[in-house]
Amino acid sequence: MFTVFLQFLFSGLTVGAVYALVGMGFNIIYNSTSIINMAQGEFVVIGGLFMWFFSETVKLPFFLSAILTVLAAGFVGLLMERFTIKPLKSNDLLLMIMVTIAVSILMRGLLMFKFGKDPYSYAPFTEGEPLNIAGAVIQQQTLWVIGITACCIVLLFLFFNRTMMGKAMRACAVDTTAAKLVGINVSRVVMISFILSAMVGAIGGIAITPISLMEYDKGPMLAVKGFCAAIMGGLGRGRGAVIGGFAIGILESMTAGYIHSGMKDAVALVIMLAILFFRPAGLFGSVAMSKLRKF
Amino acid sequence: MRFGKIMLSVVMSVMFVSLLFVTAGAAGKEPIKIGAILSVTGPASFLGEPEKNTLVMLQDQINKAGGIRGANLQVIIEDSKSDETQAVLAAKKLLEKDNVVAIVGPSTTGESMALVPIMNAAKTPLVSCAAGAPITNPVSEREWIFKTPQYDTSAVEAIYTYMKKHGITKVGIITIATGFGDAGKKALHEIAPKMGMTIVAEEKYGPKDSDMTTQLTKIKAAGAQAVINWSVGPGQVVVTKNWHDLKMGIPLYQSHGWGSKKNIELAGKAAEGVIAPLGRLVVWDKLSDKHPQKALLKKFESDYKALYKSEPGTFGGHAYDSLMMVVEAIKKVGPDKKKIRDYLETGITKMPGTGGVYTMSAKDHCGLDAGAFEMVVVKNGDWEILK
Repeated sequence: MFTVFLQFLFSGLTVGAVYALVGMGFNIIYNSTSIINMAQGEFVVIGGLFMWFFSETVKLPFFLSAILTVLAAGFVGLLMERFTIKPLKSNDLLLMIMVTIAVSILMRGLLMFKFGKDPYSYAPFTEGEPLNIAGAVIQQQTLWVIGITACCIVLLFLFFNRTMMGKAMRACAVDTTAAKLVGINVSRVVMISFILSAMVGAIGGIAITPISLMEYDKGPMLAVKGFCAAIMGGLGRGRGAVIGGFAIGILESMTAGYIHSGMKDAVALVIMLAILFFRPAGLFGSVAMSKLRKF
Repeated sequence: MRFGKIMLSVVMSVMFVSLLFVTAGAAGKEPIKIGAILSVTGPASFLGEPEKNTLVMLQDQINKAGGIRGANLQVIIEDSKSDETQAVLAAKKLLEKDNVVAIVGPSTTGESMALVPIMNAAKTPLVSCAAGAPITNPVSEREWIFKTPQYDTSAVEAIYTYMKKHGITKVGIITIATGFGDAGKKALHEIAPKMGMTIVAEEKYGPKDSDMTTQLTKIKAAGAQAVINWSVGPGQVVVTKNWHDLKMGIPLYQSHGWGSKKNIELAGKAAEGVIAPLGRLVVWDKLSDKHPQKALLKKFESDYKALYKSEPGTFGGHAYDSLMMVVEAIKKVGPDKKKIRDYLETGITKMPGTGGVYTMSAKDHCGLDAGAFEMVVVKNGDWEILK
């Protein structure tokens, strides 16, 4: 019985790690612009598909492929910001969110043209049998995903709290006018936040593709689940998204295990709604702070 | 003003030239028009795309070989965007504006069902590329409707028959939460009591899920002797990997959606030992030379690969069968809707296609049974036919 429970837990961790990595990407752009970037899922897809392209088609070594993929994704983020967000010259957040939806549809179309509709995958980072813990198995790749998620949290925390640029980005999110008055180059901050979140998204894509495969239209599903993770933990909170992601993953898995697999999405979402009823700012967000923000 | 005139003359000359092209091919006869409604875009585009490619390829091949009865074949392809309403609109356009003699498609069961009353009222034959049994049953109310894909129930019968031979009676099923998975689940339940099988666990997953170990663990705990997964797309690869990682000790069976080399590539060594009922299209090179389908399958697959650099898959095969049946009928009886219908019902006997060897009748507008499938196992990264 315990083995079965442990297996459900591991399955939840595997799925949750994916949600957590995607959820974090939302926070970066939100933290500096208050925009919810609906194209975040597409950055993850770009990560997986470009990695496949560099490592399997061009046959570059693993690290080089990964670096090129992350840089390429960053460049896509840069293009997205310069060509769609900046020209708007608007403070209307809702409008900008709509634009990100449009960009996500465009990116999906382009990815379909390049990669077709087939799923893609490549070998996991470390070959070998899955780990067996008390009779339950967990894929090695899951541990990689969890490890990479942890690294990302630490690096992002340091960036946002210890560097001038990071602090400037957070200032922009609260009030762009005030940020401009103290001499922050707001346009550059927004650009960097898009590049950064595209990169984090791509890192996520690179890590999860060996587990879940990647195809051109996986973005919306990843974005929805990642977004749920982010708001459950409290939008803008790095570790919130991570804990939210794992919580949703484990809830889904336990529902599938102990109730029925047909109910897993429904139950996870209902519990998430319940949490938001009682803690509208999410598990780790502060209500006072969320009132200061436009979203 | 001047610009308008130039445009007008350009348009006129383009129309004139294209008119020349249309008539040049086959001795000045009116082309024979067949309509096709396919899910070229939208969620079912994985069906519609190879189907469209197949029809375009066949149209060119047939016209290069001199057309049908001295006339060119024109396949007018409409994209239904995987949507019932669009399929209905496309059918009306094909029937009223283009005056087609028959329609091939649609790609999905839902869209095909939406067209049943329209085609019956228009008295025009429809040869569907979707598998659902209700498309052609009951035949008394589906006079003008035919379909080429094998029944889901035939695939289930093939699996159950094989299992019984190997002493398996208790199975756990795991299906994808889409139309394909639901149809499979229904067929698995329907046939089980008739063949003395018991379904001890029934699990589901979403089309984009990334881990199914929970569901598989439950199936194992329920005492199943085998797992049957019913899905298309990446889900079947993830299930295969999870099944392998869990070392479940019971065999994994897949549906007839498993028949793509891509799945073996993606699942790697996890795919070893997976068993599935597959149409002969994927294993044509392993058939004996005397098999009636072999030559046709070889030509279809190699032509398609040469042209599109990808596999036609089972779905491209459905479009091949649907179109070739109509073409065969027109060759025999001419472009007359009623005569085509009658020929499809009575004239198609032992006709080899990609899906199997078809024999239609007034009782059966699909013409295939469980014999259309071979039980195929993955061995050393390749298919192997099980005896």
